[in-house]
Amino acid sequence: MIFFDRISKQYSPASIALEDINLSIEPKEFVSLVGQSGAGKTTLIKMLLCEERPTSGKVFFESLDIHNLLPEDLPQIRRRIGAVFQDFRLLPSKTVYENIAFAMESAGMVDEEIEADISQVLDLVGLKDKICHFPGELSGGEKQRVAIARAIVMRPDVIVADEPTGNLDPINAKEIVALLQKINELGSTVILTTHNKDVINGLKKRVVTMERGRIIRDDKEGRYML
Amino acid sequence: MFFITLKRIAKNGVISFWRNRWVSLATILVMVLALFMVGALLFSNVLLSSALLRLENKVDISVYFRTDAPESEIKNLSSSLSGLPQVKEIEYISREQALEDFKKKHQNNSLITRSLDELEGNPLGASLNVKAKELGQYEAITRFLEDGVYSSIIDKVNYSQNQLIINRLSGILGASRRIGAGVSLVLAMIAVLVAFNTIRLAIFTNREEISIMRLVGAKNSYIRGPYIIEGIIHGVLAAFSAMVIFYPLTLWFGPRAERFLGGPDLFAYYLANFFEIFAVLLFVGVFLGVISSWIAVKRYLKI
Repeated sequence: MIFFDRISKQYSPASIALEDINLSIEPKEFVSLVGQSGAGKTTLIKMLLCEERPTSGKVFFESLDIHNLLPEDLPQIRRRIGAVFQDFRLLPSKTVYENIAFAMESAGMVDEEIEADISQVLDLVGLKDKICHFPGELSGGEKQRVAIARAIVMRPDVIVADEPTGNLDPINAKEIVALLQKINELGSTVILTTHNKDVINGLKKRVVTMERGRIIRDDKEGRYML
Repeated sequence: MFFITLKRIAKNGVISFWRNRWVSLATILVMVLALFMVGALLFSNVLLSSALLRLENKVDISVYFRTDAPESEIKNLSSSLSGLPQVKEIEYISREQALEDFKKKHQNNSLITRSLDELEGNPLGASLNVKAKELGQYEAITRFLEDGVYSSIIDKVNYSQNQLIINRLSGILGASRRIGAGVSLVLAMIAVLVAFNTIRLAIFTNREEISIMRLVGAKNSYIRGPYIIEGIIHGVLAAFSAMVIFYPLTLWFGPRAERFLGGPDLFAYYLANFFEIFAVLLFVGVFLGVISSWIAVKRYLKI
């Protein structure tokens, strides 16, 4: 479903973020990317979201080489990849409802459909009572749950979660990972990057370990080993 | 679908304008300044043009005829002059009129009055006051008078006496126009640049939001739209505010400027041309708001 074909990213001759990465991710897989800070996990995620372009290599989403798409085709792909970030990246001047509705409205969905879907995802993340709140009025855990609601509301094929538990306490972190597992069980592919050893060991899913821009391990039911 | 999107863009623009009201207010204030400059340039142009026009109207040349010049020939010359493309206006002053005017002018001077009484006839000749369409055309008219077939009946043409003043005035008026246009252009450009950069700065603070919108799969037009709507709102409110400011300002300054420059009353001009001035400010304001927003957002739509 997703294939990183010999991806390299070099910011300068002295700063190599990714080196010759080959990685294939199948539909409905739950893949954890682990590695120390600077290992290249986030850069790899940015390649998938087209936030950055590789210096060489290609990223395929199904059969599409996503870095060769026309700019107007990119939103279509991005709607099929829900993203969750460590710093939540919510729109601060929009309410919880507006944050989740934004991409749906942009896609031209009708109001009734948007309202029904948002009600459903807020139920799933347990934030129905915060629908009119602004991100500034929410706790870290709540913000991350809004971010997850926003990521899944378009029913994407893939959820990319880049250190989603990095700014959360252990209880909230556990809840977020449980949510991601649930989303995976419902049929979405999940790519998770994290430093959290307990999270990885508890998942018992595929673990890809990175170091200095390279993949050094790829275990089917891996554990956190660094 | 198109109308739903348009409605959503407009709604998002209005909501964003209101929620960021302090930034919106700051942007509008700077735009008011820019539009105030544009309006002030309009008003000063009216004052300057009218002052220059009045000065130009004060310039004419007088053609004095010999006392024995037949009136029929003077009339012929007058109609020949009227045929010249450079001539705007001709006023004929007969010998009798000239004498009467002279007497009236010197009625308190007993020496002149007595001297005139002692003279048997009318010592004054008829004259023509000629106004050209433009200052630079007086020389051509003078040449026509002095070199033409009527030179025998002409006593003198006062152009040569006034030549220096006319040329100098012509130079000053031309320079005033050029300097006025140059200064206007520079000031308007400064004002526009300041407003443009304020809007860019306001959008710069939203660059993170724009990148998030891109990452969740929003189309560029859907991201840009609300900023354009905000730009339009800024322009409309700034134009309206500038018009409100001009009301008391022209009311206070108008009569004073009229007394000082003898020009039109700016307040009357403001009232008479209210919708035209508002249309100009509205166009400049909305154009500035839309273009600045468009350019500023474009920069962050590359992710």
